[in-house]
Amino acid sequence: MPIGRGRSCAAPRPPSAVVQAHAVVHGEAAFAASTRLLRRAALGVAFSALAVPGFVGAQEGGNADHPGKPVYDRWCAECHGVDGDGRGDAAAWMLPRPRDFTDAQYQIRTTPSGALPTDADILRVIDDGMPGTAMPGWESQLSRAQREDLVAYLKSFSRFFEFEDAPEPIEVGGAPGATEDRLANGRTVYDEMECWKCHGDQGRGNGESAPTQTDDLGFPIRPADLTENWLFNGGGSVEAIYTRLRTGLNGTPMPSYADLVDAGVLTNDDLWDLALYVRSLSPEREPEARDVIRAALAETLPSSLEDEAWAEADRFYIPLVGQIVLEPRWFAPTVDGVWVRAVHDGSEVVLRLEWNDPSQSPDPAWDRWRALVAEHVEPPPAIGPDDPGAADVLTLQLPTEMPDGRELPYFLGGSSSDPVYMLRWQSDAPAQESVARGLGQVTPLDAEGGPTVEAAFAEGQWRLMVRRPLAGAGDRLDLPTGTPIPIAFFAQDGSNGETETRGSVSSWYFLWLDAPVPTTVYTLPITATILTAVLGLVVVARARRAERAAEPTTEPPLEGATP
Amino acid sequence: MKRSELIRLFLVPTVAVTFACGGDGGGESAESEAPAADVITVDAATAGTLVGTISFDGQAPDGEAIDMSEEPTCAEKHDGQPMKMPAMVGPDGGLANVFVHITEGLPEGTWSTPSQPAELDQDGCIYRPHVMGVQTGQTLVIRNSDGLLHNINAQPDNQRGFNISQPTNMTTERTFNRPEVMIPVRCDVHGWMEAYVGVQEHPYFAVTDGTGAFTIGNLPPGDYTVEAWHERYGVQTATVTIAESGEATADFTFSESMAGAPVPLGEPVDLHDHGAASSGP
Repeated sequence: MPIGRGRSCAAPRPPSAVVQAHAVVHGEAAFAASTRLLRRAALGVAFSALAVPGFVGAQEGGNADHPGKPVYDRWCAECHGVDGDGRGDAAAWMLPRPRDFTDAQYQIRTTPSGALPTDADILRVIDDGMPGTAMPGWESQLSRAQREDLVAYLKSFSRFFEFEDAPEPIEVGGAPGATEDRLANGRTVYDEMECWKCHGDQGRGNGESAPTQTDDLGFPIRPADLTENWLFNGGGSVEAIYTRLRTGLNGTPMPSYADLVDAGVLTNDDLWDLALYVRSLSPEREPEARDVIRAALAETLPSSLEDEAWAEADRFYIPLVGQIVLEPRWFAPTVDGVWVRAVHDGSEVVLRLEWNDPSQSPDPAWDRWRALVAEHVEPPPAIGPDDPGAADVLTLQLPTEMPDGRELPYFLGGSSSDPVYMLRWQSDAPAQESVARGLGQVTPLDAEGGPTVEAAFAEGQWRLMVRRPLAGAGDRLDLPTGTPIPIAFFAQDGSNGETETRGSVSSWYFLWLDAPVPTTVYTLPITATILTAVLGLVVVARARRAERAAEPTTEPPLEGATP
Repeated sequence: MKRSELIRLFLVPTVAVTFACGGDGGGESAESEAPAADVITVDAATAGTLVGTISFDGQAPDGEAIDMSEEPTCAEKHDGQPMKMPAMVGPDGGLANVFVHITEGLPEGTWSTPSQPAELDQDGCIYRPHVMGVQTGQTLVIRNSDGLLHNINAQPDNQRGFNISQPTNMTTERTFNRPEVMIPVRCDVHGWMEAYVGVQEHPYFAVTDGTGAFTIGNLPPGDYTVEAWHERYGVQTATVTIAESGEATADFTFSESMAGAPVPLGEPVDLHDHGAASSGP
């Protein structure tokens, strides 16, 4: 896909953005920050001023010669800051924030809660990155030696590594096989350990405590969506999940469950079962983003969101990434993908879209979250007094006419010369259709002849059904069969402050409506069979006739056959 | 006060660095020296007492109602609406939950670790007590009296913290091995739950009660600096002299105008001096 995969570290940013970041760090945001942040800021200033050799003043002192420094300054400092304090120029745009190395709080470890990570732990995160965040993996970008130098350099940002060693990694061993009993027990443990308090009953990160989660530095942080194991930091395998349960994620609200085994509240098998259950919430394999959403031809179309016929339709995963092209850019979106199913019957097409969003916006339970996002993330959405917050939005985009050749309208709302059609559904108002000549430059369409739209929210998931005739009423596009129809998706979570152009987007994908099979396909074989049969009969008949005519001469008389 | 805070912020790391860089290469030697010092004994016959009252001047700030509707088990434990109070001011104007401790003047050496554990309870989805002190190495028993999920997320700066889960009635033991004023403890499940733990190598600390009063006993005669810490109003210090078998008084007054001042948490200390261990079970 042409847009970056949310890897904002590598994304080009305009200089103005950097200037804004400085303004935030040194400006009014500093006053609004919590006392704890203030304290950390004060400590940071104090330490930087001291130029302590081998510690925080490393940049000017002893560590200037560190072999990891040039690599770090070149590849890491823009996000993590030259001083390793997680306050690089790009940091204010990100949620979760880049790691502050001065605290030595590493989420992904094989060591107990609170403990320092091993070198191998740090290296693994550098190699693999942190999926679902701006942190990419560097294994293919940097040499092993460079990455090991980085590990040593990162450690030099924190005084803790000078005085303490990382404890021995915990013993993990191999995961047991997933049996029905184990999965059922895993679910019981999930309930009893109250994992749902944060992660939600279905694991979509929508538990009742989710809106109030902050990390140790006071930044808002989301409980993992357990149905997307390919985005789990530290890996999505059963072993990795088990390890996270044992170690917790330092610096985040995710605690360690190891003490419960020691205290006899849980058995080690219970923890494994919980890991197996959590793993079972995600698909067996990471969904592959294919270019084409195929709508099969059916005799009858699913009539509702709940229609069981949907189960027979293939589902296609469309990853979404933050909208970072137009201002205001947004690097911290909620929605990271949408599942699409489509069916048509030759005269109408029905799409069912599903996407995870922990909040049904607007929802006052998420007001504090929204305020925290506005406080910490650039560019801050404006929140007025008693502002109820914005709605959730899903926009479906099609061209206004089928493109000839490969040239498609601009994927972000088209342009003045190449407009696009948009169907904008929002959670607190009827869906609207429009023709867009650029995002925000929309001309509403007459509702007459528009699609029917049905939406439902449950357990941290929106489901949306859109049904329309293939023939486009008014200015709408006629949807051809057997031809790729460009289609794109934008999603917004109002509770995450996603207004204006803040949100997540896809580039162009294609909707393919299976062509109705022509009647000749059915008639031809029959005709052919009949023809073959007729021909066969003719041949046989001729042969017989010829046989009979030739009989007296060609066949020797059978003995006794003639008198 | 602010200035002294700032000075401390700058000075303490400097001292730390002097130790770190001037010595013979790292924490090992410094650590191994510490246990060699004698355990200090205090002569009870001459020891004195420090008493005091922390007063609050003016109108106490309003509390914020805690929405416990999701946790009826906890809500039932409270008479009426549970409140999160930025400052607990008694009827006579005494300020509770102030951590008072001796910062200077104590003899050099090692203090014996109390065998009696300190306890932090989660009861009614609040921490009891809200502010407490422990000695380094002293067992801290963390109790869940609610029988529902709490996590205990201790976030020190001078030592490694922990974040552990307690989904049922149970206890977990931890220790802190370096002095730190103060360590915030949070429950992420219940965003309103917060406690502060002050850690000292010596036993000379106290937390003010509902009347704002505190007592620190068994002090050897001498001149001391005493500091009073409040989560909202920052710190104040005073100097006192304890005469043989005498009683000295250190009273402080806090007011709402001090709100918003930097509240020191986990001032940097020289990690060389204070053992290596993480706070472990």
